[in-house]
Amino acid sequence: MRELAAFLWQRRGEILALTGEHVLLVAAAAAIAVAAGVPLGVALARRPGLARPVLGFANAVQAIPSLALFGFLIPVPFIGGIGARTAIVALVVYSLLPILRNTHAGILGVDPAVVEAADGIGMTRGERLRLVELPLAFPVVLAGIRVAVVVGVGLATIAAAIGAGGLGVLIYRGVATVDHRLILAGALPAAALALAFDFGLGAIERRLGPQR
Amino acid sequence: MKPWAEFNRLAAPVLEYAGIRKGFGAGRPVLDGFTLTVSGGETVALVGPSGCGKTTALKLANRLLDADAGGVRIFGLPAAEHDAIALRRRVGYVIQEGGLFPHWTVRENVEAVPRLLGWPEDRRRARAGELLAMMGLAPETFAGRRPAALSGGQRQRVGVARALAAGPPLVLMDEPFGALDPIARRAMQKEFVVWRARFEAAVLIVTHDLREAFLLADRVAVLEGGRVRQVGTREELTRAPADAFVREFVSEFGA
Repeated sequence: MRELAAFLWQRRGEILALTGEHVLLVAAAAAIAVAAGVPLGVALARRPGLARPVLGFANAVQAIPSLALFGFLIPVPFIGGIGARTAIVALVVYSLLPILRNTHAGILGVDPAVVEAADGIGMTRGERLRLVELPLAFPVVLAGIRVAVVVGVGLATIAAAIGAGGLGVLIYRGVATVDHRLILAGALPAAALALAFDFGLGAIERRLGPQR
Repeated sequence: MKPWAEFNRLAAPVLEYAGIRKGFGAGRPVLDGFTLTVSGGETVALVGPSGCGKTTALKLANRLLDADAGGVRIFGLPAAEHDAIALRRRVGYVIQEGGLFPHWTVRENVEAVPRLLGWPEDRRRARAGELLAMMGLAPETFAGRRPAALSGGQRQRVGVARALAAGPPLVLMDEPFGALDPIARRAMQKEFVVWRARFEAAVLIVTHDLREAFLLADRVAVLEGGRVRQVGTREELTRAPADAFVREFVSEFGA
């Protein structure tokens, strides 16, 4: 145990730098997934006929093994190749579903009487969305973002396989050299990161909870 | 009937339905040959068994719905010529349980329409304070609360205050006291008569409770089979029911 701590301390510079890369990968993917998933989720809530096929498709995409998806993306022009860009594209694909699904469910979950009141007092569709539906759906949307981020932290370790950097670098190196300390040097910070994101976003969720 | 109501009756009616047909999908239309006029300042209650189209009729008056055939005129103008959004901001709307925005405070709820209309903040505040006080909700105590922290009756009062905030000439109420327990309901009905005298808007109120209709309204319209069977005061309906349905309806529910 003490030996492991000394090992981690000795490598702290590298671990910290890779943790930074890791956070950047996850944050960039989450930001893109939110920017795409929330508007798309709202659009699906308005078009019930479209919701089922689109959510079904997103579900199916989610089922692709992640290592395979990373591999598939490498030869794709513009979004593919070796490096962080490809990894972010793959992480966005996986983050999209929980955000999409929760936005859709959150908007549809707003009390119909409240929606009727918004229409009845003369809100335009845009005002209704901005002032009533999105604020009320926000805790549910945030829960989706939380799932996407926590899953993304784990998935991003695999991104090292295609040269995207992050904590996966240490894990792969550890596996290749059969060095448990090196594997843990990647895995422990990744787990801590997932827990920290989960806790942080959970705290925001709880703070927004009671006002509903 | 209030004196101004008598006066306004000679002027243009606020709301006129003429030969309305409105259906949803296949089957018999909900409203068929629905005709009713609401004059300035009067209170009209629309009563009838559940599913008779009361709420549908109400929603035609602020263009939440549009008629399939026949004409609705609001403030003397055909419904289709009104911009739906602008119209709804000029027509107060109260629904069961108030339909308050749960993420907004009482004050924000009451200020909703003035805010949409772009009133300056001090004018909005003053108006909200005045209305809350009129509804018996001291602004110092209630303005900052959220709807979840109110009783059913208090929520309903806030709903009424929100509907009146921009001084609409017409207020629509859909079973406004329907979600309250009998005791709170009685109290609200008594209060309604008091606040009613303080604003001059015409009110169209939908209820399934004939006793409530007689208590609150100047005239009561009995709706059945998609059309108004009879409109009149309590006395007219009980003394001279127009047909067998009205006779039975009045004798069953009326005191």
